[in-house]
Amino acid sequence: MFRIQPAMLKIAAAAWLLGATSAMADTALEFTQWWEPELPAGSLRAIMNDFETANPGIKVTLVSGPYATTRDQISVGAATGTLSDVVGLDGAWVNNLNAQNALADMNPMMDASGFDKTQVADIIKVDGKAVMFPVASFVYPVFVNMDLAAQAGVTKLPSTRAEFLEAAKKMTHVDKNQYGWVLPLSLQTPSGVQNDLMSWVWASGQSMMADGKPALEGKPVVDMLTFVKSLNDAGVISPGIATKTEQEKVEEFVNNRVGMMIDSLAHVNLIRERNPKLNFDLIPVPVVENYTGKRGLPYASWGIGISAASKHQEEAWKLVQYLMSEKVNAKLVSLANAFPGNVNAKPDFVTSDKAFGKAFEIYKTGYLANEFTGLPVAEDLMTKFDVEAQKMLAGEQSPEQAAANAQKGWMAKF
Amino acid sequence: MTRQKRSHHRLKRAVAPYLYLSPSLLIIGLLMLLPMVTVIGYSFQNSAVLRRDPSFAGLKHYQAIFADPVFWASLWHTLYFTCMSVVFHMTIGMVFALMLNSDRINPTLRNILRVLYILPWLFTAVIIAVIWRLLLEPNGVVNSVLMQMGIIGSKVEWFSSPETALHAVTFANIWAGYPLFMVSLLAGLQGIPKDFYEAADIDGAKAYQKLIFITIPQLMPIIISISLLDFIWTMQVFPLIWITTGGGPIYSTEVLSTYTYKLAFSSYNLSQASASAVVILLISLGLTLFYIRYQKAR
Repeated sequence: MFRIQPAMLKIAAAAWLLGATSAMADTALEFTQWWEPELPAGSLRAIMNDFETANPGIKVTLVSGPYATTRDQISVGAATGTLSDVVGLDGAWVNNLNAQNALADMNPMMDASGFDKTQVADIIKVDGKAVMFPVASFVYPVFVNMDLAAQAGVTKLPSTRAEFLEAAKKMTHVDKNQYGWVLPLSLQTPSGVQNDLMSWVWASGQSMMADGKPALEGKPVVDMLTFVKSLNDAGVISPGIATKTEQEKVEEFVNNRVGMMIDSLAHVNLIRERNPKLNFDLIPVPVVENYTGKRGLPYASWGIGISAASKHQEEAWKLVQYLMSEKVNAKLVSLANAFPGNVNAKPDFVTSDKAFGKAFEIYKTGYLANEFTGLPVAEDLMTKFDVEAQKMLAGEQSPEQAAANAQKGWMAKF
Repeated sequence: MTRQKRSHHRLKRAVAPYLYLSPSLLIIGLLMLLPMVTVIGYSFQNSAVLRRDPSFAGLKHYQAIFADPVFWASLWHTLYFTCMSVVFHMTIGMVFALMLNSDRINPTLRNILRVLYILPWLFTAVIIAVIWRLLLEPNGVVNSVLMQMGIIGSKVEWFSSPETALHAVTFANIWAGYPLFMVSLLAGLQGIPKDFYEAADIDGAKAYQKLIFITIPQLMPIIISISLLDFIWTMQVFPLIWITTGGGPIYSTEVLSTYTYKLAFSSYNLSQASASAVVILLISLGLTLFYIRYQKAR
């Protein structure tokens, strides 16, 4: 019969004690984000391993999932007080999370550690609280199909809205299923409002807000809607606007069916994979006539913040600092084909790739602009604007009415 | 046996059925009843889920959704989508079932048709949505064929036009759902005694008379049962509409399920979303009660 020897018991107890003490010695940080599946396999884990080596006693557990799942997980975690110590954030979520008191204010942490605030591209603040840093930014320039442009006789790429309309008209050949521009306004993912509509406003240094409140009835937004309506009336927008998604927008561009689109720089590699022969160039979003100021560059970002409920905020701040540091940030954004959250970081792809190099120049001469960041229920605001824009494009209302109705809908949310 | 033993034995006999049922009751309670009661509770709270200390809201959220014109539009679209789907599922299912049950069709052809007709049932809602999006997109196959046949003069934006979107998603759902009726009715048809038709033949009944006076009455229990189930299921359809139109353009294909989803995950108004979900629950419950009564009456 098997008998447990006293020596075996002692060994087991010693092993348990060793394990327990080492577990107690390590601080386990949980980091929820959607980045890992979008990066090359194992690359984020490798960065975490480097962090753990540089910070003995801190272990990082990555909780990764697709974007939508992560968003839901974070919403529920914020409500139940079980949010991970460090969280990947989208600017569109921070207002809600802040309303739930789910995010820690990083101002005191920055002050206590002597963090150089000038090194970061942006600090997202809500009610004076620093709740998010953009770690990586994906800018949205205009992609131009150079072969279609050449065939249409567009020799100078457009830099103003009027030039854009002219170029789009030239590139449109309905009989060949070829259009000048593509506009995705699906209500399933209303991000087209941010990326493909409001980007026109921000590009000209204008704003959809005034004194922290929506100003959709102002000239910038009404002019933008009037411009988009003129493109639609001219028949230069690829059909199916109301149900078109971003993915379909890219597919149409890849298949030479549209001459120009506003899209994320993150899609450059995807476009090349889908159609290696596609000859395209990047330009900034065209501006209103006679505008010479700095151009706002629409962007989406991978943000980072710390849970207010975290018991390890000091360690969490170390991880945030690490990811925002010049070298690590450059490494991360190089993997993601994004632009850095640290202004001193220089991703390697900007020197090795012409398209990215050009986009980096556009990025450096402009400024990041996305006014949906930090707004309450940003997706809901986009949906409301989307519906009014769709009504306008369907001929049910004028740009002024669309702007007024959207303003009414937005004000109810503020 | 002593009196004490007898009463103990009686108690054991009385408790035994509940013990046998307890695993099922526990699972139903945990997986169905608890979420249902929780959602009903949320519908009476302010900032449900989002706050740890939500306050009591009374009927506020119900009043808010009943005052929202989009809710009523969604209800109307849901009814249209559901009624049209059920009617056409039944009609197409019946036609195909009669065809597959007919001796006039070559058995080999019948077997091929049986496989072809059941195909839509094999696809998931996401695949069906993607197929129809590709087929009905402005540059898709449907427009191309219709234009070549001279039926339409220019490209129709089936899913993107407020005039056609609801009909287009309903059509896609009809295509996806008729096999349920077809299979059920085919089984029913094969169970109708041949004697009825032989007697009708002797009486000189015509084909349509046999259909009206023998086939349909014999199939009526199946038709009613499946129609009620289809009504309940179709009313809750979400992925097909969400992927094809997202409830748009404008609100032209907004149904109760997409309306509720947007309240929950776009507006983060989980209290109103719960109230809307409770309305769907009540409608479904009414239909379910009707179904149960019908089943009991049989």
